[in-house]
Amino acid sequence: MSFPLLTATAVVPALGAVATAAMPAAQRAAAKWVALGFSLVTLALAAVMLVRFDPGGARFQLTESHAWIKDFGVRYELGVDGIAVALIALTAVLIPFIILAGWHDADPLESARPNRRWRPTQGFFALILMVEAMVVISFEATDVFLFYIFFEAMLIPMYFLIGGFGDRAGGRSEEETATQRSYAAVKFLLYNLAGGLIMLAAVVGLYAVTADQLGTGTFSLQEIVQARAGGRLDMASGTERLLFLGFFFAFAVKAPLWPLHTWLPNAMGESTAPVAVLITAVVDKVGTFAMLRFCLQLFPEASKWATPAIMILALISIIYGALLAIGQRDIKRLIAYASISHFGFIILGIFAMTTQGQGGATLYMVNHGVSTAALMLVAGFLITRRGSRLIADYGGVQKVAPVLAGTFLIGGLATLSLPGLAPFISEFLVLVGTFSRYPAFGVIATVGIVLAALYVLILYQRTMTGPVKAEVRSMPDLRVRELVVVAPLIALLIFLGVYPKPLADIVNPAVDHTMSVVDKKDPKPDHPVTDAGWFSYSPKSEGASHDGASGGAK
Amino acid sequence: MNPVNYLYLAALLFTIGAAGVVIRRNAIVLFMCVELMLNACNLAFVTFSRLHGNLDGQIIAFFTMVVAAAEVVVGLAIIVTVFRSRHSASVDDASLMKL
Amino acid sequence: MENLIGLLVAVPLLGAALLLCGGRRLDGKGHYIGTVLAGASFVIGAVLFADMLGRGEHDRALHSKVFSWIPVGGFRADVAFQLDQLSMTFVLLITGVGTLIHIYSIGYMEHDERRRRFFGYLNLFLAAMLLLVLADNYLLLYVGWEGVGLASYLLIGFWQHKPSAATAAKKAFIVNRVGDVGLSIAIMLMFTTFGTFTFAPVLTNADHASEGKLTAIGLMLLLAACGKSAQVPLQSWLGDAMEGPTPVSALIHAATMVTAGVYLITRSGAIFNAAPDAQAAVVAVGAVTLLFGAIVGCAKDDIKKALAGSTMSQIGYMILAAGLGPIGYVFAIMHLVTHGFFKAGLFLGAGSVMHAMNDEVDMRKYGGLRKYMPVTFITFGLGYLAIIGFPGLSGFWSKDKIIEAAFAKGGTEGWILGGAALLGAAITAYYMTRVMLLTFFGEKRWVPDEEGHEPHPHESPSSMTIPMIVLAVGSVFAGGLFSVNDAFLKWLEPVTGHSHGDSPLSAAAVTAGTMVVLAIGVALAWAQYGRRPVPRTAPRGSLLTRAARRDLLQDDFNHVALVKPGQYLTRGLVYVDHKLVDGVVNGTAASVGGLSGRLRKLQNGYARTYAVSMFGGTAVLIAATLLMRAV
Repeated sequence: MSFPLLTATAVVPALGAVATAAMPAAQRAAAKWVALGFSLVTLALAAVMLVRFDPGGARFQLTESHAWIKDFGVRYELGVDGIAVALIALTAVLIPFIILAGWHDADPLESARPNRRWRPTQGFFALILMVEAMVVISFEATDVFLFYIFFEAMLIPMYFLIGGFGDRAGGRSEEETATQRSYAAVKFLLYNLAGGLIMLAAVVGLYAVTADQLGTGTFSLQEIVQARAGGRLDMASGTERLLFLGFFFAFAVKAPLWPLHTWLPNAMGESTAPVAVLITAVVDKVGTFAMLRFCLQLFPEASKWATPAIMILALISIIYGALLAIGQRDIKRLIAYASISHFGFIILGIFAMTTQGQGGATLYMVNHGVSTAALMLVAGFLITRRGSRLIADYGGVQKVAPVLAGTFLIGGLATLSLPGLAPFISEFLVLVGTFSRYPAFGVIATVGIVLAALYVLILYQRTMTGPVKAEVRSMPDLRVRELVVVAPLIALLIFLGVYPKPLADIVNPAVDHTMSVVDKKDPKPDHPVTDAGWFSYSPKSEGASHDGASGGAK
Repeated sequence: MNPVNYLYLAALLFTIGAAGVVIRRNAIVLFMCVELMLNACNLAFVTFSRLHGNLDGQIIAFFTMVVAAAEVVVGLAIIVTVFRSRHSASVDDASLMKL
Repeated sequence: MENLIGLLVAVPLLGAALLLCGGRRLDGKGHYIGTVLAGASFVIGAVLFADMLGRGEHDRALHSKVFSWIPVGGFRADVAFQLDQLSMTFVLLITGVGTLIHIYSIGYMEHDERRRRFFGYLNLFLAAMLLLVLADNYLLLYVGWEGVGLASYLLIGFWQHKPSAATAAKKAFIVNRVGDVGLSIAIMLMFTTFGTFTFAPVLTNADHASEGKLTAIGLMLLLAACGKSAQVPLQSWLGDAMEGPTPVSALIHAATMVTAGVYLITRSGAIFNAAPDAQAAVVAVGAVTLLFGAIVGCAKDDIKKALAGSTMSQIGYMILAAGLGPIGYVFAIMHLVTHGFFKAGLFLGAGSVMHAMNDEVDMRKYGGLRKYMPVTFITFGLGYLAIIGFPGLSGFWSKDKIIEAAFAKGGTEGWILGGAALLGAAITAYYMTRVMLLTFFGEKRWVPDEEGHEPHPHESPSSMTIPMIVLAVGSVFAGGLFSVNDAFLKWLEPVTGHSHGDSPLSAAAVTAGTMVVLAIGVALAWAQYGRRPVPRTAPRGSLLTRAARRDLLQDDFNHVALVKPGQYLTRGLVYVDHKLVDGVVNGTAASVGGLSGRLRKLQNGYARTYAVSMFGGTAVLIAATLLMRAV
């Protein structure tokens, strides 16, 4: 039997979590290094996975399959396609940076009583690694039940990360901060739990349907897809739609899609910047990923049925999120609403059901992860320095901390999808993909481009430019640790913006497969042109073109 | 004698016990009332056993007795501990678990 | 040779990377690095130009594919360059004027502590602009398109500590973004229509597509051009953009970036030729803007804003010419090049004056500078003569052709357009004469600056005057040189095509008419500003003057029509999100909480209450069971 690479990629961070949590209270610094070490090992494993993955090969690769709960047909089934590989790589890349960026976020306060058993730092990093382990296995699981378990279990460490390690900035009393924080954590938990429970009902329903029609119930994605393709499984359209909605609701909460989004600004605002990145760049991606993998493939007919409604919700998300971002006074909440807008683009791309749309959406997931991480982490460094999240408390930072301002600007430019940086490519692909099937939707979505420029530049102008405020005068520029976090992310943004081909090559076959399961083909251009070769174009001289021109004059 | 009369007696005892539980405040009395209810049940079980002509009721009565004995041990211990700390055996004084 | 094209873009890009990431240790020599690299790309451009001249008229174009950029399904975009005569013209203009302005900036920015960064941004701009004109497909062009927008944003806001500069930068970027939406929709339309957006296949097959589609594409491209080239209705950013350092205004907001819209329309000529409605829209935009900019230019007292109005107006001419179709493309580009010379020269002259006058920009506080700054005066004067179209100088050759082409459009439309162009020429003569008189003639109207320093005007250092002299030479001779033997026409014709219109007026008549209106304009300005002393504070002026000072109320309109409603909308939505969307959820939570609060009262802690409820419950259950059995 070959080395179980997929299991290892999930187990290593889990072991890391245990090891970090087990470090004695006094060994705080060592615990951080242990956590970082384990996250780097995970990154190495993910790199191996990336190398061993063959884009042109089978649909699911590196598969592992073991019986787990025989009586209910639950199997421990793992396998990755291009989309999953890309997202696992994103997760593995981001976690070390999140750990590094949060290096001091969970240090006990000076005022705290020394206590032998008080180990917040160990807990913080252990929880982050725990989340990583669960996210990775959610990306790998091809068994619906297995996926469901980790999809839900992820909430537990996230709950503690949000509720237990809040942002210390804000200029509010300790008590108020704690109240706001627990409000945010509970809201996060309740929203996601509600989604998860509805999904559980749908998971059980799916089992019942397969048990009814196939004889033995199964949760295996591949088996169900094959049975559907072979005509052995034929769901009544009413049942299929209900099951689809059950799944979709959970993913839409997690993604988050308007109007289920209100937990995100609270959760991102109250948690520390690295945890906010963890939420929006890593955990939320499971939602959009699951739409592609489970919603579309398990219920292709229902997906097509629901497409118009979902597209409209996605459009609302795009514009609504951007408008609210413009109206925010809090830096982190602004970024949260910007993310809602971006998730709108991702969902729009997924349900446009074109190669460009879905390929763009997948690239968008990766790019949004990197760009939001860059912007949010720099914002976090800024907030830690000044101790305030309010935009109005800043001004003129550019003058005192030019590197910080520069990286913040690049993060912002990535967020507004400037060509040359990675998000542009994915956003454009989503727009083209949407436009080629639903022109009106594509055109309306472009409004989001203008609004994105507005909220990013307003944020930059108010915080970084203008006269230097007294409170920011002594602000230090980025430190080495912070630069180590930001520089690679920016390099990645530029690399993926200039040369996205390797990533696109991995993702494309998986997208093609999804398209074939859903049984949709790209719309054909009206007047397809064969590549005529360069410079076959020469303008028509004198007569013909002149007629054309003066024709308009008459 | 008609065994049904025993059932009436059991019902009567049970009612007395229940009324005691509801009305009295002293934990010891309350406890005795609970015992009274249990024994009323035992009486009913034994009567049923006689009525149906099998031993199931009697067996259950034995179980009940064992459980009642165990309950007495634990219950009395709790009451004594509460009395020691609060100097009162009134159950109304120990209503601190509500919000 | 093909590989050199990529190098053309890479060299300034390398400069930008070096200067922006290099840190403090490059502070001392950053400006030299930037200038040398700009010069290097000019040399590469010149080598390519020489090579191109050596080949036959129809195989001058070069193509070089660097790598496959975005391959997703049928969507294929490459990083590939195409160098034909049109691109070549731009390459030489961009790198040539760019290098001169780099040299000028060495002197101009001498006392700025962030000079290294300034040169980094300038190099970034050069790279993006070269990418824009060298791209072989619309998507790569879009990258350059937004890249120059970014460079423009960074440079307008270069003095970020001034809130006005930061605001102007943001405004420029956002207004440009509106235009960019047009470009992205145009690309999407091309993709759905042709399945590709590479120049060659799209333009070759343009006339196969339905006219409706082509009109839509054309209008979207026009929207893009309006944003970048500051044409009505997206013109409002250009005046504010003058907050940037003057070399930036000269390079980006006069000579190169703002002309990208003209490039786009000319490049997409095949699409516009087949979509007359879109062409009509282009012509209308051009005609309106050329008058709009000219009127604004007449009323401004800020020397740079007056020149900005003029830039808008001159680009209006180019757009007008490009909208005329094959009659006008060549002249649009020709005017673009000559305008690049004289307008950059004028801006550098203005910068030189400001440099001498403690950064004063109000022309009413200049006066009599010709004696103190002879070189600036002469170069500025030559630029002035060129822009008003004085016979023999550059502007004369190119503008005259555009006016002629406008008349040649034929019919009533031709008369209207020709008339507008002539009127524009008169106003140009008026406002430029005004600038000239206010700045260099008349008595001194200097005032001490805020700190009480009297201005001591002096000629600028040679690093600043040399570029001005070079540009002045260009302003004088370029037009004439291009017109010898119709050299420029023959050079560009293989790319843009050309046709001669049938003008209702002879060429001589148009030239004569132009001369007459020119004289009228100059005379009017002389009557108003030359003959009598000019007050230091501007008189209230007529309604039109006051409106023109406020840029013909463009900002007021935008404020009322867009900004205010937008603010109300966002504020309203923030409220709605909090109260309504979140409120529904919180309301549910609150009602559950309230209900449980009431139910909680039942749990009073008395064991007997619980006992009663148990007995009661059992009694109810037994009763129910009995009842069921009875029924």
